[in-house]
Amino acid sequence: MDAVIATALRFGDNAMVLGQRLGRWVSRSPTIELDVGFANQALDLIGQANLFYELAGRLEGKGRSADDLAFLRGADEYYNVQLVEQPNGDFAQTVMRQVLYAAYADIVFDFMAKGSNDDLAAIAAKGQKEMAYHFRHAGEWVIRLGDGTEESHARSQKALDFLWPWSHELFAYDAVDEKMVRQDVLPDAETIKKQWMESLGEVFERAGLIINEDGWQPGGGREGVHSEHLSYLLTEMQVLPRTYPGTQW
Amino acid sequence: MSQDQTEQEWPLFEVFIRSKQGVSHVHAGSLHAADARMALENARDVYTRRNEGCSLWVVPSAAVTASSPEEKGAFFEPSESKIYRHPTFYDVPDDVECL
Amino acid sequence: MDSKQLEAFDSHVAGEGKVEPKDWMPDNYRQTLIRQISQHAHSEIIGMQPEGNWISRAPSLRRKMILLAKVQDEAGHGLYLYSAAETLGVSRGEMDQALLSGKAKYSSIFNYPTLTWADAVAIGWLVDGAAITNQIPLCRCSYGPYARAMVRVCKEEAFHQRQGFEGMMALAKGTSEQKAMAQGALDRWWWPSIAMFGPPDDDSPHSAQSMAWKIKRFSNDELRQKFIDMAVIQAQALGLEIPDPDLKLNEETGHWQTGPIDWDEFWAVVKGKGPCNRQRMTHRRKAHDEGAWVREAAMAFANKQQQKSEKAAA
Repeated sequence: MDAVIATALRFGDNAMVLGQRLGRWVSRSPTIELDVGFANQALDLIGQANLFYELAGRLEGKGRSADDLAFLRGADEYYNVQLVEQPNGDFAQTVMRQVLYAAYADIVFDFMAKGSNDDLAAIAAKGQKEMAYHFRHAGEWVIRLGDGTEESHARSQKALDFLWPWSHELFAYDAVDEKMVRQDVLPDAETIKKQWMESLGEVFERAGLIINEDGWQPGGGREGVHSEHLSYLLTEMQVLPRTYPGTQW
Repeated sequence: MSQDQTEQEWPLFEVFIRSKQGVSHVHAGSLHAADARMALENARDVYTRRNEGCSLWVVPSAAVTASSPEEKGAFFEPSESKIYRHPTFYDVPDDVECL
Repeated sequence: MDSKQLEAFDSHVAGEGKVEPKDWMPDNYRQTLIRQISQHAHSEIIGMQPEGNWISRAPSLRRKMILLAKVQDEAGHGLYLYSAAETLGVSRGEMDQALLSGKAKYSSIFNYPTLTWADAVAIGWLVDGAAITNQIPLCRCSYGPYARAMVRVCKEEAFHQRQGFEGMMALAKGTSEQKAMAQGALDRWWWPSIAMFGPPDDDSPHSAQSMAWKIKRFSNDELRQKFIDMAVIQAQALGLEIPDPDLKLNEETGHWQTGPIDWDEFWAVVKGKGPCNRQRMTHRRKAHDEGAWVREAAMAFANKQQQKSEKAAA
């Protein structure tokens, strides 16, 4: 697959899956204000997915629309990192997942927006502002929970311990990514990992949370290898287009 | 007593939005938040979903000092009779330009 | 109560004067507004559930974004309304408790299920259509904060009914399966939508006083008629059939007449015997209970920060 198409699909899928996850919080959040906030973030992400898919479909030239790419690919054709498909869990787990991904996407999009591919740059420029806000919002919640009550601290540390192993995949570049680095579309893995650790380090320090490395580094999302969770998520999301093929809604 | 009655309620904030550069912040409504930064983010999410603003203020509602309706007369009626403060009070000939 | 004060209030309101939070007002006026505004807010919050049920399964990216934005608006509108009610001296916590304990009511239409995608769409078309009919006159309500909240709500909801109609149109003009889905949704939502305006005028205990106080501008039956006249024409444009064999145009009045509304069903649902009353309340309570530790943590954090800054200042 062409590296630009693959990159568009990967970031589209990251956004699609995470947006689908966040949408679940609407009407279930700790406050109504957070219902509104989660809906905003879900909308940002689904909007990003839509743009990345449109681009991928156009470059691919097989007449697949953004909806075709979202609703008619199985889990083994989804190329998101496994971090974003991890379950919502409690509120601590959701904001932790959000801060880990948003910090990464903020940095990547910032680079991509100035990078050599104009199509990706346009999408990234818009997405970067959104992800910078998600990072701020989620980061503040991680700090509040980490430094709130005993219970919220314990839940936050547990969420970090649970999700941390999946963070490694963000920087596990393959040949496609390396090609994109050479073409000045993606920043190199070492650079973003360093920046990412700096952004998050400050959050975790203020939250009083610690990173417990245990050596487990699951991955494979870029090649369509996923945890069991993704297939359920897609089955639910795709039920109507799959049940009624070729139908307009 | 239920848990909720012991739960400390989040304070109320008043939200002001500047809709575009060049105009004042205008009161838009109020909302609850645990702290001022959260109030700012809640205000962004709740009150500016449709491009309503380019700048936000949040102020703890408790910090607002208001005139009371009982004082309405004493506060505001004295200015009603000062009609000479308005340009329409003055008779000037119609044919003088630049006035 | 000071009768002169009351007289002055009544004539101020009768002359289209507005009432603001700190003004003197009869206790009944205050209580009526607290009840109405908080019920309205609760309806927005519970109303997120039946449509929210389809966010994860919306059939296209566009429909998913529209639905998310719409359900989000409902949350936002609930918040505008809660803060309008708070200006009358009731706290948000008290209102939350009233809803969670089952003491406060919300619009009973949300106790019906969204069984197919078309139900979620039909809510936009019919329920939002009915809500807008109800809400536009409230923009002129005598109580300032409520009227201002409603202006904001009506402005934002302008897209809700349109997207609902557009979504129905896509189904009604689609495959035979889609059309059947749309007709099924209309069959399920028609009667609850017209019952949503509340009991007929001769059976509506609070109406007369609310009209005199300019809280209400039109009677339940007047608003219902207005809605029916619009909805019948829209259903015709969609090529869908309204599930009422007695529906006919009254040539003299120019209004559409429906068959009898089943008020026994309406009252049964109001009293908790609808298909989803328990589910909606369980959902709301679960969100509230599971969020308790988050709200406590945020408050604890805020208190700690304040202590820190006070210490630093001392």
